[in-house]
Amino acid sequence: MKVTITDHEDISVVEVSGDIDSKTAPEFEKNARLATDKSQKIAIDLTAVGFMSSAGLRVLLMVYRNIKGQNGKVVLVGVSEDIQDVMSTTGFINFFTIVDKLDEALVILKQD
Amino acid sequence: MATDIRIDYYPTHEQQGIKFRRGHVLPFGATMVPNGINFSIYSSEAIDCTLVLFERGEAQPFAEIRFPEEFRTGNVYSMIVFDLDYERLEYGYRMDGPFKPEEGHRFDKSIILSDPYAKAIGGRDSWLATPNWDNIYPYRSRLVFEDFDWETDHPLETPIEDLVIYEMHVRGFTQHPSSKVKNPGTFAAIRSKIAYLKELGINCVELMPIYEFDEWENSKENPVTGGLIVNFWGYSTVNFFSPKAGYAATGKFGMQVDELKTLVKELHKNGIEVMLDVVFNHTAEGDHRGHTISFRGIDNKTYYMLTPEGYYFNFSGTGNTLNCNNPVVRNMVLDCLRYWAADYHIDGFRFDLAAILGRDQNGAPLSNPPLLESLAYDPILAKCKLVAEAWDAGGLYQVGSFPAYGRWAEWNGKYRDSIRKFLKGDEGLIGELAQCIQGWPDLYHYRGPTASINFISCHDGFTLYDLFAYNEKHNEANGENNNDGGNDNHSWNCGVEGETDDAFINQLRHKQIKNALSILMVSQGVPMILSGDEVGVTKSGNNNTYCHDNELNWMDWGLLEKNADIYYFAQRITRFRRAHPVLRSRTHFQHRDYVGSGYPDISFHGTQAWHADFSASSRCLAFMLDGAHAKSGTIEDDSVYVAMNSYWDALYYELPILPNGRSWYLAVNTDMPTGQDIYDIGKEPKLDDQGRFLVGGRATVILIGK
Repeated sequence: MKVTITDHEDISVVEVSGDIDSKTAPEFEKNARLATDKSQKIAIDLTAVGFMSSAGLRVLLMVYRNIKGQNGKVVLVGVSEDIQDVMSTTGFINFFTIVDKLDEALVILKQD
Repeated sequence: MATDIRIDYYPTHEQQGIKFRRGHVLPFGATMVPNGINFSIYSSEAIDCTLVLFERGEAQPFAEIRFPEEFRTGNVYSMIVFDLDYERLEYGYRMDGPFKPEEGHRFDKSIILSDPYAKAIGGRDSWLATPNWDNIYPYRSRLVFEDFDWETDHPLETPIEDLVIYEMHVRGFTQHPSSKVKNPGTFAAIRSKIAYLKELGINCVELMPIYEFDEWENSKENPVTGGLIVNFWGYSTVNFFSPKAGYAATGKFGMQVDELKTLVKELHKNGIEVMLDVVFNHTAEGDHRGHTISFRGIDNKTYYMLTPEGYYFNFSGTGNTLNCNNPVVRNMVLDCLRYWAADYHIDGFRFDLAAILGRDQNGAPLSNPPLLESLAYDPILAKCKLVAEAWDAGGLYQVGSFPAYGRWAEWNGKYRDSIRKFLKGDEGLIGELAQCIQGWPDLYHYRGPTASINFISCHDGFTLYDLFAYNEKHNEANGENNNDGGNDNHSWNCGVEGETDDAFINQLRHKQIKNALSILMVSQGVPMILSGDEVGVTKSGNNNTYCHDNELNWMDWGLLEKNADIYYFAQRITRFRRAHPVLRSRTHFQHRDYVGSGYPDISFHGTQAWHADFSASSRCLAFMLDGAHAKSGTIEDDSVYVAMNSYWDALYYELPILPNGRSWYLAVNTDMPTGQDIYDIGKEPKLDDQGRFLVGGRATVILIGK
């Protein structure tokens, strides 16, 4: 798994590629924390993520809670159908705005 | 991160590259602590204990760590192990000690044992996926994340008398292809049927066992179809703290806990409570010939009631009996229920064969059973509904006498039998019928009507449809030569055994179902309906379908159309109950006027007003509830008059005169075709003849006075 963070004005984009499981989730979490420390508008791009375990979903939820506490906003990008299924079945999906492309996420985040 | 860690959270020992230290004795089970996991397990007689650690799904453990003697406090072994992967870990124990069955000991250190306090079990992750039979550790203890975001959710605490309970099997509810849901047979699928449940008008689902069990237990070939017979119902617990993974679409990802919690949260959002059917009377380990999974190998003598020879008492009819009034086991049950109430927001519990919970360690009934008392007075369970199935397979029958401590309600088996007999037309039942509709004051004089969970059908026995389609049980497919299942069904096939094209018989069957639903919904106490009865499901006359993972147990959603009249009626009769508080009293009737309305709270009638015929040959009873006495006179409701006729011909019932210029309106007449058999609230037509009403043969009429 690889994580890169890029800034688009006041928006932080966290781009992940590879699988997020209990082995890689701590690395994802560390990077997500870095992003939330400096920005309240976060896009998490999961287009290149094939599998996400419970530990990965929990990192997403932690980011959401953190950002919500700062009155910010999180948008998820390119979440695969399989991952969306699991998120929906386990209730995680209710917390997130999900879009297909990064451009859409940037538009949404800029509105606020 | 290191700054978050306490000074004492550093390893002191190392073995096979695994770092560990002395643990905390409480809580029992495996608990996440900073940088590690605390393991704690009790055994009164083990002489040695080893923690066995697996990477998820691996055939062999990656480590086995013997508890150093100094890690044992009293009879509890505890240890913190560092740097384990919470999500990928599976753990178990080996317990060494004597194998002396005659003294009650069955230790065997060659077996890896599941933790009684595990919060999830791996091994049966997808329903009926073929297991690896050579697995050295088939039911694997796992940890779960306990960080679910409940937001503002809270158990609903609906007054028990306001509940309409719907008894449901998680898989049976949506597994049939006609349910047209994604992920059929799962917790998630129930979520997608919440709109249906709301439309039906129920406000509590009672889930048949969802604690982890093994559907493969006692599996064999079906003698009729050649298919597989399995443990479908799940009354055979492998672990009391773990939800059944095979009931979760995400069980294969180990996320059953999140999926179930999400279901509970959604049901709550829609005003529907969740009650669990819990099985604390026995476990899946069976008798002395059964598998050792957990309890037997950890502390046989503590967990089970044993005969003086060291065999298992069998008050459950399933091989063994959990030793519930041993203080250690009692605490486990209490810990378990607290966990479900606090962590899963469960609203109530129905205890399978609960009479066993009142037996002492030798099986004798206790007058003041500590477990039942503890549950009744527990601060965490204080708002939970506690419902007993107040009998057991050992012959202890406590309907009406279950130790209640002002809390416990009971499945009222007498209600079921009396109403069935009345509906089939037996004589001599008017007295019992009068008790049924009042919440059986003779049985529950001091406890009030809310002690009575009223039902006419449940998972055990005929469905409501089969009650009027079969005289005899037809259990051949169970592979026990039709010897299993009860014989006292009090059923009547209406003229032909099983399915028929005879329109008259089919019409009568539908009418009888509507009669049953009507009486159930106007009875004081708490009504419970069996899932599927609202659309007339059949189990083809099988009254003990515990072992069938097929159409016998899968609700056929096509019946919504085929039996549209029953469904139409069921949706409205539940609403009728919920619209009329006079039907839902918390206290017994006093048979007098204590609010000055001029009429008593309840009065009995018959074909003549004010003259009920309680004689042996009578099949008629009517009663009137005075609306001014609703909820002990605290709420103003319409008056409700109900005429029940189990005689085969129509009879005129003289109506009591209403005071203050009020009139009778027709709410229900089961003798009429659909559309005229039940009216929506507020749409009830006024009777032309306010003096009498012709009640059809085998029909029920409900009027409201306003």
